[in-house]
Amino acid sequence: MKKESKSRRLFHLINGIILVILALLCLFPIINILAMSFSSSSAVAAGSVLFWPVDFNLYAYKYVMAKKEFWQALLKAFERVTLGLPLNMLLTILLAYPLSKSNQVFRFRTVYIWFFFFTMLFSGGLIPGYLLIQNLGLMDSIWALVLPIAVPVYNVILMLNFFRGIPHELEEAALIDGANQWQTCFRIYVPCAKPSIATLSLFSFITHWNSWFDGLIFSNFPESYPLASYLQTVVVQRDMSLLSLDDWQSLSMISDRTVRCAQIFVGIIPIIIIYPFAQKYFVKGMTLGSVKG
Amino acid sequence: MAKFKKELPFHLMVLPGLILVFIFSYIPMGGLIIAFQKFIPSKGMFGDQDFVGLDNFRYVFSLPGFSRAMVNTVVIAFWKIVLGLLIPIVFALLLNEVRNAHFKKTVQTIVYLPYFMSWVILGGIFMDMLSPSGGVVNQLITALGGKPVFFLGNNQYFPATLIATDIWKNFGYGAIVYLAAILGIDPELYEAAQIDGANRLQQTWHITLPGMRMIIVLMMVLSLGNVLNAGFDQVFNMYSTAVYESGDIIDTFVYRLGLIDAQYGPATAVGLFKSVVSTLFISVSYFLAYKFADYRIF
Repeated sequence: MKKESKSRRLFHLINGIILVILALLCLFPIINILAMSFSSSSAVAAGSVLFWPVDFNLYAYKYVMAKKEFWQALLKAFERVTLGLPLNMLLTILLAYPLSKSNQVFRFRTVYIWFFFFTMLFSGGLIPGYLLIQNLGLMDSIWALVLPIAVPVYNVILMLNFFRGIPHELEEAALIDGANQWQTCFRIYVPCAKPSIATLSLFSFITHWNSWFDGLIFSNFPESYPLASYLQTVVVQRDMSLLSLDDWQSLSMISDRTVRCAQIFVGIIPIIIIYPFAQKYFVKGMTLGSVKG
Repeated sequence: MAKFKKELPFHLMVLPGLILVFIFSYIPMGGLIIAFQKFIPSKGMFGDQDFVGLDNFRYVFSLPGFSRAMVNTVVIAFWKIVLGLLIPIVFALLLNEVRNAHFKKTVQTIVYLPYFMSWVILGGIFMDMLSPSGGVVNQLITALGGKPVFFLGNNQYFPATLIATDIWKNFGYGAIVYLAAILGIDPELYEAAQIDGANRLQQTWHITLPGMRMIIVLMMVLSLGNVLNAGFDQVFNMYSTAVYESGDIIDTFVYRLGLIDAQYGPATAVGLFKSVVSTLFISVSYFLAYKFADYRIF
């Protein structure tokens, strides 16, 4: 290794500092919220909480967890994910497999692909979508949150391109051995596509967990809100109607600000938990989507 | 007929998705007809409504809020597109210079994280951090001798705040494609350049950037489709009546007109207008990407 010039070393130092600052800028807001959620309200109001809790306590979390609405919303969020994620994946596989065939094998392929692709170009928008759910009588139903996004067309296209990369010989061998198309799809292609399925499942999970607007507009009653929509009303709209004065057990320890910090943090716990394990998959998902021939 | 029988499993596999997309994507497209009706909800979505021609369009285009939302949308979207292209490229180049693999990995892990958080969460975080009374950013400003700035309540600062926080959320994740492109550059090119006496800056300019050219062009072209997307999720969770002047965008305008004021006809008219313009831009962008970057989505 050649000895580096002075200017080169200086560049590396400055570059390193810039990147550390950028990383801190991304991390600080999240750590700050977490620290404030465990701090006393007086310390938070005094602005003395940065990276570490001051007067550590769990009152804000106790307060959040004492809410019936919180548990209802959490349950809805789980319900939504357990219905929505498998449905997303099943439909993605069922569409990607036949649409990955050549035009000789499946003559209607192009027509079908354009039928699905067109929805990526054009949409009815907010009002007709809302009126449809209302007219179908799906208001306040979990299906209103699951069915409209049950077919993730972009994911279907990613999966389809992945299936195309699987050698034809595998399929031919399976068909010669007497397998039908369903068996070929689920016994040959799906096991080959495990990394892609993991990636797309991750995106599907995050979409369902984070979606808040549909829960908000497709619900007549706050009892139907999934967690993300509930958080939107308490953290962003700051709807205080749910609070009554005798709720406040210990005014010196919690404030609406520490409670909001706790609510925000609870909302990102699942993402923070899966994030370290999932990182290699979503990098793959991103490059899968944009860098290809 | 034998051929059809052979293809039957394929049709059956497509069928469930086909039905769902028809109901939840194509029926709402048909519902755009509401834009031309004096829509009365109790008669039902495809009920016997009165047609009023282009009245809804004339009405909304004359509203002062519409042109304001239109201008705000294009301005905010423009800056998000330009900076959203530039900053990830610069970040990828800087990250590429890092030799310590462990440090590189750690930085990457941290900067991707905000991308996965929803604007409900981030809206809550920024409302707290940017608050003029006790927010950490304004604490810093006052400590440095400045006056507190009401970032989310002042029309002078609100659009810049939207753009900056959007870049903050997405720049790390956006750099992934560029980092992948840099990894794909043939290392021999750098060796040859070193033998020719090129320094690192010259190598970046003459090898790294040209190596990224295709992906940069592709990302530029594809971002064209976002000219009318100023980011509903973000604006909805960060704006307030005080900043409608500078921060109300088409999507939030449609939301209030349609779902709050229940003016379904006019709101659908604005939605149709946006859909048509967006579709034109997206189609052109895909066409250009196909033509110049040989990009095929399927």
